[in-house]
Amino acid sequence: MTKSAQKIPELICPAGTPASLRTAIDAGADAIYCGFIGPTNARNFPGLNFTIKQMEQSLNYARERGAKLLCAINSFATSPNIDIWKKAIDDAVFLGVDAIIIADIGMAKYVSEKYPNMRIHLSVQAGASSVEAINFYIDRFNIKRVVLPRILTISEIKKIHAAISCEIEAFIFGNIGMMAEGRCSLTNYVSGKSTNMDGVCSPAEFVRYEEDENHNLISRLGEYMIDCIECGQSAGYPTICKGRYNVKHRNGYYAFEEPISLNLTYLLPDLIKAGVSALKIEGRQRSKSYIREVVSSFRKAVDAYARGEQPNIDNLLALTEGHKQTEGAFKSKIWR
Amino acid sequence: MELNIGPVLFNWQAEMWRDFYFMLADEAPIDKVFLGEVICAKRAPLFYPYFDDVIKRLERAKKQIIFSTLAEISSDTDRRLLKKQASQKDFIIEANDIAALAHIGKREHYIGAYINCYNEMALEFFAQNGAKNICLNAEISKETIMELAKKAKEFDVKIEVQIFGRMGLALSARCYHARAYNRTKDSCKYICEVDRDGMELATLEGDKFLAINGIQTMSYSYLNLLNEIEELKEIGVSNFRISPHSHSTLEVTKIFRAVLDEKMDKEEASFKLRELYPNVSFCNGFYHSIRGCEWQN
Repeated sequence: MTKSAQKIPELICPAGTPASLRTAIDAGADAIYCGFIGPTNARNFPGLNFTIKQMEQSLNYARERGAKLLCAINSFATSPNIDIWKKAIDDAVFLGVDAIIIADIGMAKYVSEKYPNMRIHLSVQAGASSVEAINFYIDRFNIKRVVLPRILTISEIKKIHAAISCEIEAFIFGNIGMMAEGRCSLTNYVSGKSTNMDGVCSPAEFVRYEEDENHNLISRLGEYMIDCIECGQSAGYPTICKGRYNVKHRNGYYAFEEPISLNLTYLLPDLIKAGVSALKIEGRQRSKSYIREVVSSFRKAVDAYARGEQPNIDNLLALTEGHKQTEGAFKSKIWR
Repeated sequence: MELNIGPVLFNWQAEMWRDFYFMLADEAPIDKVFLGEVICAKRAPLFYPYFDDVIKRLERAKKQIIFSTLAEISSDTDRRLLKKQASQKDFIIEANDIAALAHIGKREHYIGAYINCYNEMALEFFAQNGAKNICLNAEISKETIMELAKKAKEFDVKIEVQIFGRMGLALSARCYHARAYNRTKDSCKYICEVDRDGMELATLEGDKFLAINGIQTMSYSYLNLLNEIEELKEIGVSNFRISPHSHSTLEVTKIFRAVLDEKMDKEEASFKLRELYPNVSFCNGFYHSIRGCEWQN
């Protein structure tokens, strides 16, 4: 593969259910990522994810339409229950998925030893954010693609691309966590459920909304107040890194980030030039209609860029959380 | 049983940092001292003027020195610092990011708490790659520690567990100290130096919640595994880590040393810790598979 050849990147889309998988493929996804029911993937939410049977049927659906299926087994296998993760990997290999997305080094070892021909994508949850880390994973586990953490600027991504031999996948749209992936136990501190081990972030069973006497909407995670929104305004889902807090010299400010979504539509050409070969949309927890709208919009956007045209993305703005969007770490170091 | 001091995670004045290590060298009943900047590459040079003095003093006191590396690597500054940290060959290195392993190569090393090791296959990988000591992430519970300690024995690897001090809960590319003062990471002017144990973050209702340390988010409560030490020893944990704070760390090492040596009972130790930290809340929830912020008696 020559580094100078700019290929049109694959569009990688989320599916939390077989129905959204079909929707995403019909809307133009090149590949779908999804996971099994249970703690083995990083979106272990009630009502989401696939049984083995559903995974098999979905794989057939994808195959018939020329799309790929990437199986996310990207939480951290936790002793003494490691067999749950091993079984998920065995099942994925047995079904013949196109790649397994892995974060845990123990599971990377398991796949690369037991199934040396299986294609491994290094999950964003592995937090491999440097040339050195990525090359280590290539060297030891023969990973074919790295999903980059959302903490890098495009110029840093470009340097990484020049120095590694695997493909790069980058997030372009959807929820943006403020903490480095695979390295956050804030949810566990408050709820007893771990992002790394249980695959959850701000689990719904710990979320509460209350209205106070002034009709302000209070959102809580566990016992902790995450935000308090004046009446009439819409409250975001309470994640710790999007809450408002007090410190000694400042009250009621978004200490980490506002409720905001990642939208890199305007940076797509730069990302492609930097060497990103797969563009990823976040949102396995999202509805079918959201998936349809976002995937088809990005399909059009990517195809328009491929033809050298400027796409219209106004409809994407309406879908972002609280109608606020950011280019996050990608655009410049000022974000940091 | 080893009692060790983890790296100083906060941005102390360089002289305070030096004097802290001098004090540990002279008085603390500890085995190992983990040295090095783990949180922010910008801070590292601030301590260079005193590094040699600190190393000399600790060596004279027969404390083993381990070099701890940067936990998050994204910018070129981070990469340069990591290379400098992980390439030196005078001391064993504790890796806090996978990138460090690329520099360490085949040399013996330690795995720090910022590298995820949640299962026996990961442990096996690290052991076969040359790790001799693995410090576990604070969110790992007793039943997992037990399995890991069993496997570690097979590979002659030591398991280390943090038993005291604020827990690192998250890392970010963004500096939240800088953000609190309307600055960015590049224009921070080292504002994190004003908070010697992190900047306390409360909810809008005033509940003490977290602590900000530059790009790191920590627990407001201090981890305190005093009541769990006996059990930790039984399940095969041999190394115990105190994460340093700006006050009373020396006294804390003395208390835990006495408890590890069974020269002080838990009740007395508990009373003494409470006396040293009357305004601090303690937590031990992660160990018991409940919310990390909780305290279980």
